[in-house]
Amino acid sequence: MAGSRNMGWAAIRAYTILVYLFMFLPVAVVVLLSFNQNQFGSFPMTGVSLRWFEALWNNDAVMRAFRTSLLLGLLTALISTTLGVLASLALVRYRVPGKNLITTILIAPILVPEVVLAVALLLFLNWLGIGKSFALLLAGHVIFTLPFVILVVQARLVSIRRDVEEAALSLGASPVQTFFSVTLPLLMPAVAAGALFAFTISFDDITGTLFWKPGGVETVPTQIFSMLRNSISPEINALGTVMIVITVGLPLLGAAIARRLAMKRGM
Amino acid sequence: MSVEARERRQPWILLSPALGAVALLLLVPLLFIVVYSFWLRSAVGPDTAGFHLDNWQRALTDPFYRYILFNTLKIAAITTFFCALLGYPAAYFITRSSGNKLILLLLLMLPFWISYIIRTMSWINILGSSGALNTFLLSTGVISSPIQMLYNEATVILGLVHFLLPFMVLNIYVSLDGIDTNLEDAATSLGATRWQAFTQVTLPLSLPGLAAGGLLCFVLGAGTYITPLILGGPRDAMFANLVFEAIITQLNWPMGSALSLLLLFVLGALVALYNRYLGMSQLTKGLG
Repeated sequence: MAGSRNMGWAAIRAYTILVYLFMFLPVAVVVLLSFNQNQFGSFPMTGVSLRWFEALWNNDAVMRAFRTSLLLGLLTALISTTLGVLASLALVRYRVPGKNLITTILIAPILVPEVVLAVALLLFLNWLGIGKSFALLLAGHVIFTLPFVILVVQARLVSIRRDVEEAALSLGASPVQTFFSVTLPLLMPAVAAGALFAFTISFDDITGTLFWKPGGVETVPTQIFSMLRNSISPEINALGTVMIVITVGLPLLGAAIARRLAMKRGM
Repeated sequence: MSVEARERRQPWILLSPALGAVALLLLVPLLFIVVYSFWLRSAVGPDTAGFHLDNWQRALTDPFYRYILFNTLKIAAITTFFCALLGYPAAYFITRSSGNKLILLLLLMLPFWISYIIRTMSWINILGSSGALNTFLLSTGVISSPIQMLYNEATVILGLVHFLLPFMVLNIYVSLDGIDTNLEDAATSLGATRWQAFTQVTLPLSLPGLAAGGLLCFVLGAGTYITPLILGGPRDAMFANLVFEAIITQLNWPMGSALSLLLLFVLGALVALYNRYLGMSQLTKGLG
């Protein structure tokens, strides 16, 4: 009896390991091949080299795409987080009639398939006189990152106790003072998480971006996409590795810093 | 103004920027393309406004469109099935593992942070003609020339499963984690085998999570056009590829509007059905 249970458990464990391998092995190969010395960038690897990263650094199109993606991601995070934090405050801290309907409306951008959202926004803003442009890209990225920010911030906000704010108010602070010196500092982790989320989603997006970007402007994902048209090159793998470092490394770094700060405050 | 009136107004002031953005950048544009889908494309100059049923008639009766729509739903269904097949045992293991649950969860969240296009193209390194698998088979002498493994429907499904699996595992995990393990123990102490306890207690209780994950995988899978472009052949177009073709390549915006709305209705009907029977809360639980 106990034996069969252990065997079943061992089988599930082995299965899970295979599932994790399935998820990570292809990505690991991208990172591995980006350090390949072989000039065709394929197997077998002949040695370790940074030549493909150097090639990236000297590739003007790639560097331009990087600047575009960074600017777009930062602006998206700024706007989306501001809108999202304000809305979450209203939903968590006040009695709002029709709260469920409002929440549904606010997360609607992720309920609508991104292709449909992309088409609708492109056609409507074009009709208003805003054609394919950076402004259109920004509008698009803000609207589909907003629901994620709201979900993340709201989840954190619920756990902040109301009575701390009430204490500040009863001691004579104005609502605005209370917000900036009590609520906002407590809210900071949620704000940071929301902003990071918005940045990463924007930095990664290609589905909407291909509809909205003007000719000649590329973000990193669309640049990779157009490079793939030729064939897979080690340069693409190197670019992939850089993107992984940015979108995975930054959040991990952020979490580590947040933890350190929290520990300091705790002591 | 009284304090009470201000209390009442404040949330709306806070909500108005976000609600305004969603209204202006999503809701009104959706209504706009409804109108636009009845316009006609003219060979020269701007599209002709009016009320023409031509686009809708073509979208609904053209056998090619119908075939692609059917194929898209089929691909999404197969993808969802494999996500469930791979995802359920993994989620179960994470929930019940005594040790590093946190690390397992963190690893599971990691793919969300790794770019979709990189995860999709990573399969070219594995399955391409000079990829890992072909190189391995060539060097061991199993084959004498590279096999063409890429650019077919199977690789599209593979790419989609790879992309969507974390959504499935996460949703099932959230659901499984909320089940009291005492229930399963109670069942076994009353004489059920572990398998019976699982199939009759735990599995039914985790169905909401499975359904939420399934819905997400299906809807996200059915709405993609990048995966078929990267991992599919010329004949593996999905419905969103038709939309992309109409809007970007052919610049036939009225037709593109009708096609996007058709996709929205089909997938929207699924979401509505789900909402009717299971409610939206399970879905947002998994996302948050």
